[in-house]
Amino acid sequence: MTTLTTPTDTRPAAAGAAVVVDPATLPARPGLRDTLTQTLALAGRSLITMRRNPEQLVDVAIQPLLFTAMFAYLFGGAIAGGVSSYLPTLIPGILGQTALTACMATGISLRDDMDKGVFDRFRSLPIARIAPLAGPAVADLVRYAIAATLTVLTGLAMGYRPGGGLPGVVGGWLVVVAAGWSLSWIFTWLGTVARSAQSVQGISMMVMFPLTFLSNAFVPVDTLPSWLQHFVTWNPVSLVIAAVRDLLNDGQVTWHVGAALLGCLVVVAIFAPLSVRSYARKV
Amino acid sequence: MTTSQSPGPQLSPRTDTRPDTRPDTQPGDLAVQATGLVKTFGGHRAVDGVDLEVRRGEVFGVLGPNGAGKTTTLSMLATLLPIDGGEARILGVDVRREPHRVRQLIGLTGQYASVDERLTATENLRLFGRLLGMSRREARSRAVDLLERFGLQEAADRPLSGFSGGMRRRLDLAASLLSRPPLIFLDEPTTGLDPRTRGQMWDTIRELVASGCTVLLTTQYLDEADQLADRIAVIDHGRKVAEGTPEELKAAVGSSTLQVRLTDPARTQEAAGLVAGATGQAPTVTPEAGALNVPLAQADAAADVLIALRAAGVSIASATVAQPTLDEVFLTLTGAPTGAAATDQHENGEVA
Ligand SMILES: Nc1ncnc2c1ncn2[C@@H]1O[C@H](COP(=O)(O)OP(=O)(O)OP(=O)(O)O)[C@@H](O)[C@H]1O
Ligand SMILES: [Mg+2]
Repeated sequence: MTTLTTPTDTRPAAAGAAVVVDPATLPARPGLRDTLTQTLALAGRSLITMRRNPEQLVDVAIQPLLFTAMFAYLFGGAIAGGVSSYLPTLIPGILGQTALTACMATGISLRDDMDKGVFDRFRSLPIARIAPLAGPAVADLVRYAIAATLTVLTGLAMGYRPGGGLPGVVGGWLVVVAAGWSLSWIFTWLGTVARSAQSVQGISMMVMFPLTFLSNAFVPVDTLPSWLQHFVTWNPVSLVIAAVRDLLNDGQVTWHVGAALLGCLVVVAIFAPLSVRSYARKV
Repeated sequence: MTTSQSPGPQLSPRTDTRPDTRPDTQPGDLAVQATGLVKTFGGHRAVDGVDLEVRRGEVFGVLGPNGAGKTTTLSMLATLLPIDGGEARILGVDVRREPHRVRQLIGLTGQYASVDERLTATENLRLFGRLLGMSRREARSRAVDLLERFGLQEAADRPLSGFSGGMRRRLDLAASLLSRPPLIFLDEPTTGLDPRTRGQMWDTIRELVASGCTVLLTTQYLDEADQLADRIAVIDHGRKVAEGTPEELKAAVGSSTLQVRLTDPARTQEAAGLVAGATGQAPTVTPEAGALNVPLAQADAAADVLIALRAAGVSIASATVAQPTLDEVFLTLTGAPTGAAATDQHENGEVA
């Protein structure tokens, strides 16, 4: 039964009067506070979905275990003369890598989501254009947290003893989570420009491989040809890994940490506006 | 309980579904004012210079076949698609320049469900309520209220995957009403609904208008536009080919027909004589089947025919009044059947 006239309906029949406030008094753009509330509401939506489909978290649960063990036994002997002496190099490297791969899924699921009808409603609602993009990104903090925690735990189980102690580990963990969130904007942007989830996947792979492997994650930079060293040094993933190494192994907040956070900020400053622009234009 | 914002005729809620047909409406009274709207996809002009004027408090129907450009027009007005040409104002607010303001004035129920499949009905409404700036408590109570009004309270916490088409449509409409917008866009609100659910949707729309909303709806069905709309624009191939009240359009389309079947075919000729007497026009007959096709100037004349037959003791097996079809509307309005070029019959626009 469809009845619209229960007493709870306070809308006066006096038509326009109550409903039509003077349009000129309405805000012309969303305020900062509203944007924040909207982002959190949409993050909540993503979290509900995540809770109902925990299989979305398989990649961040399995990959750290797999990669840490694999790379440690594969490269440990060759690069550092043994597994345990390689772990201080490797664990921060894996942390940087998983931050990046974990945020790859952001773009794919956003593209998927954008094709659903509910995004039409988001477009027609008076909300900040960035909220439907930033909401899922905020919810994905959970993914980076899981990935970072499991990587550290795997390392500890394999005999890694971080020299920075608990504060160093906590600091490194925070940098990884922040980096994951920042770098995810690259993939969010890909999600808004690509035509299908598959193409996001393909392009993301092409972005991800150079960024992770052309970094200081697994090998010392000075073993590389000099032309490559430039890219590797300024690769934001390298900056993050260098910062995490300093925090985890030495417990020190070095300039690397500043550079990493600045690098992340630059990535957000470039890709967040680009994402919003192409999202707002998307049919 | 009806107090118009300007002095006007006081109407009872029932008849109030067709208010405000006063000719002296001013620009500020217009809920929608669009001139020369254009949307191009590739080289294809999906909307090709459409003018629309929707007055406050009325139900305006946009009638057209598949691919006519209804959804595209609505999407531009609702800020979902950029406007390629022309101008549009919603309650005086420029759509192109101030989309955020426009979004605060409208509620949109799209052609396809725009709710989150993975959330429950309550979660959907609460999410949209929060997005519209309601407090948690307000969003919760408004969700409960709307679910009850739309008869969805029992399904409130079930996942949408178990919802029927009609339930989804109702939830969708409920979501569009959360903010109590003064202007509501409904894109084919009853396509795919069974007759009963369709009737309920019509009632809902009438109640919305009675409570002061302006409704712009699209439909492929002439009878739906007839039932609900105060005024109708017929569009085809991205162009407006006609505009007017349902009465004006039907007058342009001409007669509907009454199809009668007699229980006793032997009395067909006798019945034909009675019908001719009642309507002043001879029906076409199929004597073997005992069938008569009676052209009607007005649907009301059907009663005269049936009474005449009854008075003479001619018993009938069935009687149907066939409405003019959308095809016939097009045939009459454009001189070409649906789908064929509705070329340049654009001069009718009452909007200068
Ligand atoms: N995103 C798009 N890209 C390309 N062409 C489009 C797009 N959207 C619509 N069209 C085309 O524009 C024309 C009008 O489409 P529209 O959806 O507005 O029609 P409609 O009147 O809503 O039809 P229906 O009754 O089927 O919903 C069609 O020819 C359609 O193919
Ligand atoms: Mg459509």
